[in-house]
Amino acid sequence: MKRLGLSGNYAVAYAVKMADVDVIAAYPITPQTTIVEKLSEFVANGELEAEYINVESEHSAMSACVGASLTGARVFTATSSQGLAYMHEVLFMASGLRTPIVMANVNRALSAPLNIWNDHSDAMAERDAGWIQLWVTSAQEAFDTTLEAFKIAEDVLLPVMVNLDGYIVSHTYEPVVLPDEDLVRGFVPSRPLQNRVSPKFAYSIGVVGPPEAYYEMKYQVVDAIEKSREKIRDVDKEFGERFGREYKFVNEYMMEDAEYALVTMGALTGTAKVVASGLRKEGEKVGVLSIRCFRPFPKEEIVALLGDLKGVGVVDRAVTPGGPSNPLFAEVATTLYERGSRPLLQSFVAGLGGRDVPADDFKSMFGLVKDVVREGKSRPCIYVGLRE
Amino acid sequence: MSRLKGWKEIPIGGTIVEPGSSVEFDVSSWRTFRPVFDKKKCTKCGMCWIFCPEGAIKINDDGTYDVNLSYCKGCGICQKACAVKAITMVKEG
Amino acid sequence: MTLGFRTIKEVPKDEFLAPGHRMCAGCTAATAIRQVLKAAGRNIIVTTATGCLEVATSYFPQTAWRVPWVHLGFENTAALASGIESAMKALRRKKKSEENPHVIAIGGDGGTFDIGLQALSGALERGHDFLYICYDNEAYMNTGIQRSSATPYCAATTTSPPGKRSMGQKTQKKDLVGIAVAHEIPYAATACPSYPIDLMNKVKKGLEVEGPALLHILTPCPTGWRFDISLGIELGKMAVLTGLWPLYEVENGVTRLTVQVPKREPVKKYLELQGRFRHLTEEEINRIQERADRLALKFGMGPLRQ
Repeated sequence: MKRLGLSGNYAVAYAVKMADVDVIAAYPITPQTTIVEKLSEFVANGELEAEYINVESEHSAMSACVGASLTGARVFTATSSQGLAYMHEVLFMASGLRTPIVMANVNRALSAPLNIWNDHSDAMAERDAGWIQLWVTSAQEAFDTTLEAFKIAEDVLLPVMVNLDGYIVSHTYEPVVLPDEDLVRGFVPSRPLQNRVSPKFAYSIGVVGPPEAYYEMKYQVVDAIEKSREKIRDVDKEFGERFGREYKFVNEYMMEDAEYALVTMGALTGTAKVVASGLRKEGEKVGVLSIRCFRPFPKEEIVALLGDLKGVGVVDRAVTPGGPSNPLFAEVATTLYERGSRPLLQSFVAGLGGRDVPADDFKSMFGLVKDVVREGKSRPCIYVGLRE
Repeated sequence: MSRLKGWKEIPIGGTIVEPGSSVEFDVSSWRTFRPVFDKKKCTKCGMCWIFCPEGAIKINDDGTYDVNLSYCKGCGICQKACAVKAITMVKEG
Repeated sequence: MTLGFRTIKEVPKDEFLAPGHRMCAGCTAATAIRQVLKAAGRNIIVTTATGCLEVATSYFPQTAWRVPWVHLGFENTAALASGIESAMKALRRKKKSEENPHVIAIGGDGGTFDIGLQALSGALERGHDFLYICYDNEAYMNTGIQRSSATPYCAATTTSPPGKRSMGQKTQKKDLVGIAVAHEIPYAATACPSYPIDLMNKVKKGLEVEGPALLHILTPCPTGWRFDISLGIELGKMAVLTGLWPLYEVENGVTRLTVQVPKREPVKKYLELQGRFRHLTEEEINRIQERADRLALKFGMGPLRQ
């Protein structure tokens, strides 16, 4: 076991190395670059036995990954923002063709205007792509989740996106525990050659699915991602048993007797927790629920943990212009819709384009949730930190 | 047309597992003309066979050529290719 | 060095493209691909870009392919093939597999010249060991005859129609083999299914070289070019004999004409067979003849038949 000071990006690179990936096809984009640079270094030094394809675009990166994955190789790529958007159509192909690709997405805002800093608009734009989406909040979690991702992907045959906030998680150095290689090998052994592209079989893959067949083929993806909950749970449990760290679908902070809570994703969680902890000392019954597994959406956990609260604020780091609400709020609200009694929900937007969300903003968000409960009805979405 | 499969039965990713399953499809209805092969004139050169877009030309045991009508769309490329006029295009129906 | 076929008799009888596919009657692309697969054999993996060939051969649940086959999208067949080639290399090096098939990426002119050019360039530059085949019917035929950058000068398509202000396609075809050779690949060539031995031997050569190879095949299209469905192969011959489609190869930068044309046919004989050139004036035909003359000079073909 080693303890290294690693950035979130480097932690991902180390996980990919220890998972003994076969093919990497990636294109650099800020703030993902240090992942692929580190991986290039590993390959150049012979520390990682893999084919590194210096593709000429992200679209080709994902296309090459699909091809490689279909042969039975273990495949990895990484991107952000514009790169993720560029490979948009291929993401749907990857899930449709059931390729277990693991991709690190270093969350960055989508243009225009051009912005290299952190927000969630890139991954939110892909929430219909049929990919499993896991969200991390630390370098250690980035390492652990990337390893888990391979195991999950290759079992359920769906691609997995590991999201880490640009600059905040990707570039911040933290102590990361790296387990011994043989233990990692034991957890995520070499991928069995469930290859479908091989001279042994003359399969035709990626065919035309006419109206009488497309519906069923699409439903298979819907079904597979629903059923993946079990595997995600099992893999997380096994990781906990082997390495002592478990992450679950959601992360609960001071939720046991909370009356008010904020729902967050990614690095915003950290600040929210600090503020919640402070408010608790003042006697406020507050908690933070952070979503770690966004796809498949943790409906059960949301209902169980939020159902009986008085008020819940949902913090979106992306917008759906013209929509009835912003992405995360829509998902939480839909989940709670079916429940007889449910908390009053308040929508917040914060941190777009890398705008810092300081503790004071979280304090006011908690306060606003309380106000809204007292007023008896939700207000329209509150854009925290927006200058008029 | 075989019974349509449900989502539980279709191979994942819509993969077609059986190679060349298009042979189930009879293209006869596409034709207006069909080729008629005169065995006696055939010099076994193979031009009709190599130019056919369908792979509908079959090789007889004696090395002469003939057509598998289930797969012939009646384009007439074979007739044009035959140097000794051993193929005639005859109107269908 | 593999010996090429000398006669039709030597060509394998296996049909790796099964009949029952939905290519148009008289489609010379189908003929070309049949020939390609005979030259390539069974130990291959084929990728195909969205287009005529892909759509007409893979309509679920029927496939015409009797070799492993993958389709992903329109612009990324070269990238898909790159991923497959690299993966097989990695699996072999890591002793996880012993398989060593040839990788063949196929794209139409649409998926190669235009939307697919980036991926092709990337794959060629990276030096993947694969054969890229462009079957060129000179327009986006599958979506209904819209122009591509492979559409020849003055040809009528639905997005370059002739009219009061237009003679059809305004520009000349891009030089795909030239673009490929600029990447310093070991082998690139043109071909036509009307010359099957030449085509098949070029396939063999392309598969044999270490690194990327490109084969640009002219595949006359009766539906889009507007000619009788029986004339596809004859038209291909005419394209070659006029000098408009020289059959040549470039091996490590050295160009060689592979089918000599001692006496060239006037381009008029080629153009008048096709509805897409029906609107041409004498002036335009002369321009096209000049182009044929230039190509003849460049590649060392013979003079015009008087």
